[in-house]
Amino acid sequence: MTAEQIWAAFEEIPDPEIPVVSLVDLGVIRSVDVSDGHVRVEFTPTFLGCPALEVMKRALEEKVTALGAEPEVQVIADDSWSTDKITAAGREKLRAAGFAPPAPREASAPKLVQLQSAVFRCPYCGSTETRLENIFGPTPCRSLRYCETCRQPFEQFKTI
Amino acid sequence: MNELLLGLADDELIVGWRDSEWTGIAPLLEEDVAFSSIAQNEIGHARAVYQLLTDDADALAFDRPLDEYRCAPLVELRLLDWAHTIARRWLYEEADRVRIEALMSDADPQVAGLAAKIDREEAYHRMHAELWHARLRDEPRFREAVAELWPYALGVVTPEQRAELARRVGLDEVDAVERGTHTDELAELWDEMTMVRRSAPAGAQW
Repeated sequence: MTAEQIWAAFEEIPDPEIPVVSLVDLGVIRSVDVSDGHVRVEFTPTFLGCPALEVMKRALEEKVTALGAEPEVQVIADDSWSTDKITAAGREKLRAAGFAPPAPREASAPKLVQLQSAVFRCPYCGSTETRLENIFGPTPCRSLRYCETCRQPFEQFKTI
Repeated sequence: MNELLLGLADDELIVGWRDSEWTGIAPLLEEDVAFSSIAQNEIGHARAVYQLLTDDADALAFDRPLDEYRCAPLVELRLLDWAHTIARRWLYEEADRVRIEALMSDADPQVAGLAAKIDREEAYHRMHAELWHARLRDEPRFREAVAELWPYALGVVTPEQRAELARRVGLDEVDAVERGTHTDELAELWDEMTMVRRSAPAGAQW
């Protein structure tokens, strides 16, 4: 078994809360090491309080087991994941499903004035005439915005 | 055990618990969503810090007697009006920021890494506090609530960090309500928080 096969298998695991993207699209799998039927996976949470964390960990373990190897999934709670790790393919899948992909993270943490500015693009009509409705949304990773052009509320992936 | 980290984890657990009490009854629907999300993040931070300290985060969170909790009295208070609730959110986030920034340069890379991760999420809690602070800062009820809770907020950070906290919030340093003593409100919260754990010590199945 090769690491490439494991990565390919992980591409089939959907995010439990936004199933249009896979765990590979989300960029939460930091490394895969294969040796003697043993697969070691380093995995980073998106948000620490994400209730899907255990589900994702179990899905990774089950996938490795199904391929006939022994899994060891380690959750790495450090600063290595940011929304900039979401792949280009993942961002496009998010947008197509009505979730505005996260803005790139700048050198410093995002600011309120940025969230309140009209630079975030509506995933439905592409307009940037959008306003912040709520910093928080249905899951920790999303904010709520409203598009003034097509008059649709939409979910904006937070930049972290 | 690292008392500073245990205090941080206990603060996050208890403030998360208190924030979650607004779920369903906040004055605005948006705030139901905000407080629920903030509570979820804070409890997630508590879990991650407990995991640095022990292999069994649930046991550390729920199996201790009351007097072994190291949370600051600020987070224990059961606040029933919005002015106090927002005053605590704002003061807590300011205090937490001073503490988290210090931990981000901790000598232990695991502590520093986790603190930086927490900081990314807290940025959104700060924006929420900033929005409400801008709205309410001239309201007498809010100002009174801030004045009342300020000695408690100073107790969240170490004595060396207090001058910096006072500078950031623009208030004069006063005697702090120190960590180590508990309010009566914590006993009630502990009773509720540990109920499932005590009734099913082997672990509850849902």
